[in-house]
Amino acid sequence: MNSAPHIIQIALGAASSWQVKTVSERAADALSSNIWESIAYMAVALAAVGLLITFLGLSLIYVERKLAAHFQCRLGPMRVGPHGIFQTLADTIKLLVKEDIIPQEADKPMHLLAPFLCLAVPVLILGVVPYSPMTQIADVNIGVLFVTAVGGFGVMGILLGGWSSNNKWSMLGAMRAGAQIISYEVSATLALLVVVLFAGTMSLAGIVESQQQGWWIWRAHGVGIVAFIVYVIASTAEINRTPFDIPEGESELTAGFHTEYSGLRFSFFFLAEFINMFVVAALTSTLFLGGWMPFHIGEWEAFNGVMDLVPPGVWFVGKSSFIIFVIMWFRWTFPRLRVDQLMHLEWKVLLPIGLINLLAAALLVLRHLYFFPAA
Amino acid sequence: MDYFFVLMLAGMSAAMVAGGLAFSFLIAPHRPGAIKNSPYECGEPPIGQAWVQFNVGYYLFGLLFLVFDVEAAFLYPWAVAFHGLGFMAFLEMGIFLLVLILGLAYAWKKGALEWV
Repeated sequence: MNSAPHIIQIALGAASSWQVKTVSERAADALSSNIWESIAYMAVALAAVGLLITFLGLSLIYVERKLAAHFQCRLGPMRVGPHGIFQTLADTIKLLVKEDIIPQEADKPMHLLAPFLCLAVPVLILGVVPYSPMTQIADVNIGVLFVTAVGGFGVMGILLGGWSSNNKWSMLGAMRAGAQIISYEVSATLALLVVVLFAGTMSLAGIVESQQQGWWIWRAHGVGIVAFIVYVIASTAEINRTPFDIPEGESELTAGFHTEYSGLRFSFFFLAEFINMFVVAALTSTLFLGGWMPFHIGEWEAFNGVMDLVPPGVWFVGKSSFIIFVIMWFRWTFPRLRVDQLMHLEWKVLLPIGLINLLAAALLVLRHLYFFPAA
Repeated sequence: MDYFFVLMLAGMSAAMVAGGLAFSFLIAPHRPGAIKNSPYECGEPPIGQAWVQFNVGYYLFGLLFLVFDVEAAFLYPWAVAFHGLGFMAFLEMGIFLLVLILGLAYAWKKGALEWV
């Protein structure tokens, strides 16, 4: 992938050509000459992901509360720090010193294991997301399949957490979460397949590079935008965000699968939920919105030139932030779905649409019918 | 090397959770009590266990999920290679998808997709 100099030839021509190089490739290169350099890359990667998780947790929870407040004409957190920016930090410290209760009836090893599983999933996916040409930890060659597989594993943590608590609320929440997540995963997978079909590769970096002529959301003659909408709906359901939050619907199940979790153990579930939201936003922007590719319009060279001045990382963060905003916006727009409505939406609406959309996409690829064909 | 990094990240996430819990264990209070440790049911003493037989509807959706997810696993290699395969690959996968769509229609008609 890194030896392809074909990367950007549209409009601008010479000005931009991005060399994709992942941290793991650097580490592999350094391995033969200097093992310490290789180890340094590993340390940097781990530290970076650790910092990213902490930052995402702290900032997204704050943003969520602020946005929720402003949607309802409130101010939200205002007391801790200027405009309440240290509120999440204060909450973290509070959770840290809370007593950690494991109920007597619970299955203790499983109860302990569940938060580990829950947090591991988004962290693993963060490792393969291309943030910018130079900033990607590992470009797994089966990227999309990896993301689907690891993402599907997330349901294990939730089911385990709910089941092991031996609490009726938790049990109901976990079973609902299980049914919901596995159902919507089918649609999400079919939507991702459309992009794989067009790009002809599963590597996430490869998919970003395949979008230099145009992002898949509109380059694919309408099929892309259908896949995009299906994917956003399905993945919102997969991460249990409102309007699909019946697994933890607080008005009926107290707190759903994490009713029996307290203190820091609860906060890991919470953290995983917010990082999952970022992961979904990052994947949506990578697969459908061109990842770190700048926004270009056909022959408008001056416009494209200005767009190229914005660094790729900023493009990525901007697109992801927009998707995160939309997901938070959902929460204050749609009422919660009932279980039967939820199943109806997935199996009778999204799944047939997804299947037919996939066939249509195959037909388009077969006829080489997409906008802005490669020069 | 790519997968080694992925493995390292898995280790790191586990270490993060373990580290956080260990730190919290050191500074948080521990005063367990019989009532505090009982399952939370909004103040009512719980009757029986939560591990009971469950609605068979969940199992049905689990089966459907299995069918369609395995199908997706079949579709991935096809989607990657599709650019060089031509019309026959489209036809074959079209037949495969048609069979699945028929299966979905059958499940729909039988009422397996209704939540009861």
